[in-house]
Amino acid sequence: MPTDSLSRTFAALADPTRRAILAKLASGECTVGELARPFAMSGPAVSKHLKVLERAGLVARGRDAQWRPVRLRAAPIKKVAEWALDYRQFWDASYARLDDYLTQLMSEEHHGNAK
Amino acid sequence: MATRSDAPAPATRNQTTYETPNDRELVITRTFDAPRSLVWAAFTDPKHVPNWHTGPDGFTMPVCEIDLRPGGKWRYVWRNPQGQEFGASGTYKEVDPPKRTVNVTTSQGGDELTITTTFSEEEGRTTVKVSQRFATQAIRDQGMKFARMGTDSSYVKLDAYLVSRS
Repeated sequence: MPTDSLSRTFAALADPTRRAILAKLASGECTVGELARPFAMSGPAVSKHLKVLERAGLVARGRDAQWRPVRLRAAPIKKVAEWALDYRQFWDASYARLDDYLTQLMSEEHHGNAK
Repeated sequence: MATRSDAPAPATRNQTTYETPNDRELVITRTFDAPRSLVWAAFTDPKHVPNWHTGPDGFTMPVCEIDLRPGGKWRYVWRNPQGQEFGASGTYKEVDPPKRTVNVTTSQGGDELTITTTFSEEEGRTTVKVSQRFATQAIRDQGMKFARMGTDSSYVKLDAYLVSRS
């Protein structure tokens, strides 16, 4: 499993401000100023968070435009979502199957052919 | 061997809850409509475990070894529908049938992880609590971000975004 890139993504996602930044970017690209406004944060403070997100491959900065708009890159998050869903699905699916399996064992016991 | 489609599924299944009671633990709780002795066997007998502990449909558990005693080892290997295998193993520290086991394993990141499983019975129903205690909060949070996905609005929005993109 590619735990190293997942770990980087998780570390970047661990901060609620960075998650809020990503959520805002989900509705379209923004400038640093536009990102700073709803969080009552300074431009440099936002830039610091953006650096972490950029290193994790979660956002990309425009090169040509003067304001270097920030854009969400979905691939790493999607990987996390898939991995995370798998984990929870694994327990949910196993336990649902165990319900049925226990029912089967109880009926076998009831019919006297359980071991 | 596992039955699935033949038996009618219960109208509503008991819910599985995922909680973080403190900064290092993740607790998965589930109640089963069966007596404790049977649930204990289903969790600790290698004859039973591969019949249910296999996650999504299409997964199998080709290896299930359980040496159920303090110091004894356990080893599980799962195989996904694509044929890839992944495993887990650990060592039992405490075995107190039919109430409790404690075992130590290694998390994906290579850190020690203590899993305490308790079985409590009330009126013929058994509640199983699987408590995973990680070495640090950071390691736990890596391992269980999923548990918050349903409630954290940022994640919900991201989920919606991902769906719209896929």
